[in-house]
Amino acid sequence: MSDTTDTGPVLAADGTPLKKSLSRALRMQKVRALMLIAPLLIFVLVTFIAPIVDMLFRSVENQIVSETLPRTTAALEEWDPDTGELPSDEVFEAAYYDIFIAAERKLHTRLGTRLNYEQTGVSSLFRKSGRGLDDIGEVYQDQFEDLNENWDEARPWAELMSDPDWIAAREAWDEDGAAPMPTYRLQSGISDVLPRTAEAYRIFAEFTQREDEDSPLEEEPWSMVHTALFQDLTEQDVSGYTGPQAAMLQGAAGAVGEFETISFRDGFVEIDEDWLDPEVWQTIQTYSPNYTTGYFLNAVDMQKTPDGPALRDEDERIYGLLFQRTMFMSLVITFSCILLAYPVAYLLSTLPMRKANLLMILVLLPFWTSLLVRTSAWKVMLQQQGVINDVLVWLGLVADESRLVMINNQFGTIVAMTHILLPFMILPMYSVMSTIPPSYVRAAKSLGASNWTAFWRVYFPQSVPGIGAGSILVFILAIGYYITPEIVGGTTGTFISNRIAYHISSSLNWGLAAALGTLLLVVVLGLYWAYDRIVGIDNVKLGG
Amino acid sequence: MADTLRNDAFVAFERVQKSYDGETLVVKDLNLDMPKGEFLTMLGPSGSGKTTCLMMLAGFETATHGEIKLDGVSINNIPPHKRGIGMVFQNYALFPHMTVAENLSFPLEVRGLGKSEREGKIKRALDMVQMGEFGGRRPAQLSGGQQQRIALARALVFEPELVLMDEPLGALDKQLREHMQFEITRLAHELGITTVYVTHDQTEALTMSDRVAVFNDGRIQQLAPPDQLYESPDNSFVAQFIGENNTLLGTVKEVKGGYALVELDDGEVIDCKPVNVSKPGERTLVSIRPERVEIDKSRLHPDAHLLKAEVLEFIYMGDIFRTRLRVAGNEDFVIKTRNAPDQKRLRPGETIEIGWLPDDCRALDAP
Repeated sequence: MSDTTDTGPVLAADGTPLKKSLSRALRMQKVRALMLIAPLLIFVLVTFIAPIVDMLFRSVENQIVSETLPRTTAALEEWDPDTGELPSDEVFEAAYYDIFIAAERKLHTRLGTRLNYEQTGVSSLFRKSGRGLDDIGEVYQDQFEDLNENWDEARPWAELMSDPDWIAAREAWDEDGAAPMPTYRLQSGISDVLPRTAEAYRIFAEFTQREDEDSPLEEEPWSMVHTALFQDLTEQDVSGYTGPQAAMLQGAAGAVGEFETISFRDGFVEIDEDWLDPEVWQTIQTYSPNYTTGYFLNAVDMQKTPDGPALRDEDERIYGLLFQRTMFMSLVITFSCILLAYPVAYLLSTLPMRKANLLMILVLLPFWTSLLVRTSAWKVMLQQQGVINDVLVWLGLVADESRLVMINNQFGTIVAMTHILLPFMILPMYSVMSTIPPSYVRAAKSLGASNWTAFWRVYFPQSVPGIGAGSILVFILAIGYYITPEIVGGTTGTFISNRIAYHISSSLNWGLAAALGTLLLVVVLGLYWAYDRIVGIDNVKLGG
Repeated sequence: MADTLRNDAFVAFERVQKSYDGETLVVKDLNLDMPKGEFLTMLGPSGSGKTTCLMMLAGFETATHGEIKLDGVSINNIPPHKRGIGMVFQNYALFPHMTVAENLSFPLEVRGLGKSEREGKIKRALDMVQMGEFGGRRPAQLSGGQQQRIALARALVFEPELVLMDEPLGALDKQLREHMQFEITRLAHELGITTVYVTHDQTEALTMSDRVAVFNDGRIQQLAPPDQLYESPDNSFVAQFIGENNTLLGTVKEVKGGYALVELDDGEVIDCKPVNVSKPGERTLVSIRPERVEIDKSRLHPDAHLLKAEVLEFIYMGDIFRTRLRVAGNEDFVIKTRNAPDQKRLRPGETIEIGWLPDDCRALDAP
């Protein structure tokens, strides 16, 4: 009867399978459709989605601790904070090198700020230590100097530590500056003889070359290098060393036994007694992994403790309250909008076209006024010396000395935001209501229903999709609102978004801001999902 | 006679007028009496005021002047939900968020009926329209014809004495419409309900009704049983609106012995039954039904006036032949002949003579 056979797939006229043929025919259409949306898609991806994903990622990102204190975090792995004892000397030693290097790179204050989110006081501790750690090294630096002036000179140090080829290359580069700057190389074998010193000097030399753009041949090393040298000389036998400056090294090796010493722990304690507090070390240990749940715990008023996450003290809890308040006020605003918008939308949908259009312009009027202006207008209206209070006082309803407080609190935020979000409720309601034929209510009345029953049993159920659409729109807009609560909310009427903005722009705790933002997003998506399950998103109508 | 009808009238419009804008009358001086159990159709072109009348009866519009009485009581000030009138709407108006059973239960619930009583009535009503299986469905899951039945069942389930139907079959296809026409009349007569039916479809009006009120320009042009309406239209509007109709313009020459002699505009003379012409010299529109035109002279009175006609078109329609003629300058003169074995099939170009019984040819008012 047709070209098809009972067994094989359906074939097109040229013998290719029909499915393939169809998809080829449709591919062109799909590509064209994609091309049409491509500019917007790319724009949105680059300027919107990508930054948001990056921002949200900051809520778990925590590389700063392990990157700034690599040795310390490694050494702390052994330490068990439950013993209540301080970490071992190795930890202090590692912390000395880490913080010294961080201080030179000026990273220790950033780390201090980061850890300060978790434990107050750490910021100043790190700032002080950055300055004070020189004291430890200077103890050894001075004694080496007393021994031999050359220990305070750049050149002998460079000859002792560096590859002679590199010295020659660097000198040549200093002359002409043409070729790329030679990369620093240690003298071969020096790492075996003086492991700590070689490492410390390498860091110093590379940093001097790259960051300071100076020559290690002309800069005397940091006191950290002297500390490392002292440690090496007390532990290593350098008598076999025959390279450059062997005499200087062997001279020092003979004398270190007599040196005045200072333990790392004492050095830290001298800077600040707080280093004796195990909690500081515990904080560093807790936040040493690259990814942390810390920000999220913080965002739900919890913190990390040795026994796992726990609620913060009562007086330190703030975000739970803010989330609750944001939800509660958004709900109140949504309900106020429903109450005010329903009659307006109903009127709009029953009026003749000409009058409805005129009223619609009045509804849309606020959209043509700046949000800031509208909010500021409410400030004028609601403040204690404002229009409403003046009228009430003039009417004698309120005494002059007991003017109503209507702004910088929840009331002010609810009033202003209800006004601002009202059109978003009216429009979807109107578009749904205008599709309900008047014959339904007539039918109900002809069947014997009173006006109220006809409305409640027949009209209202059909207008519910409009209420749903408006409510979702208003609630989601309200939950993330920022400007209006910021201006009229005072302290009791602010939303979680105001706190997020504070962390973004004032406290610079972007991780916490990102965690709060993520939670907000999850809450909104959760509500959306719940709405879909209960009401069904298909029932939402934004347009006729 | 008129008085007894007045007293018996179940539904009565008395001098009812309706104006929406205060300048023009949509309904002009409407008087109508309906006995109990009658099936009355309001027929008319759109804008003729028939739907407005229905809406005034239902209570959704208020009469600007006059009184509407139901069972002898003025209902002008009774709100629609207290009138107890069942109504079927043009788009059915089944509540989309309720099931069929819930739709039917609605009028019973608002009347405070108990659950078991409700269920019994719903079942009976659904069975009545042969939709007993569909109680659990939503209106959107039903076809147009099924929705129509449910709408009917809903309007009848609370046993109203008066049911209004506003073009209820307009959205159905032809076959279904014809079937539903039959269903509705059957139900109306079985249940003995008084029905006011609004339509612009004259076939529907003729086949279903006990009486038809033809509306035009805010007035009832004629209120009569279907056969009377078709065969003896009162005026030229009714004659043209109901069924197919041939018209010829002329002037009355003579009125004598119950018949009028009319001189057509091309000078030929025909016999007519004067309906609303009375004296010679009046302009008149003569109306003849296509099937009453005779082409076989032997079947006419020997003195009957005959007209010359030229065949323009012959259309074979199966059961009948439809032939278009030029008669007295009118090129749209149509005759219908039955497809009988001995029936003559006319050919275009042929010239014939036609005639009719004077009783079938009505001299009406000239427009």
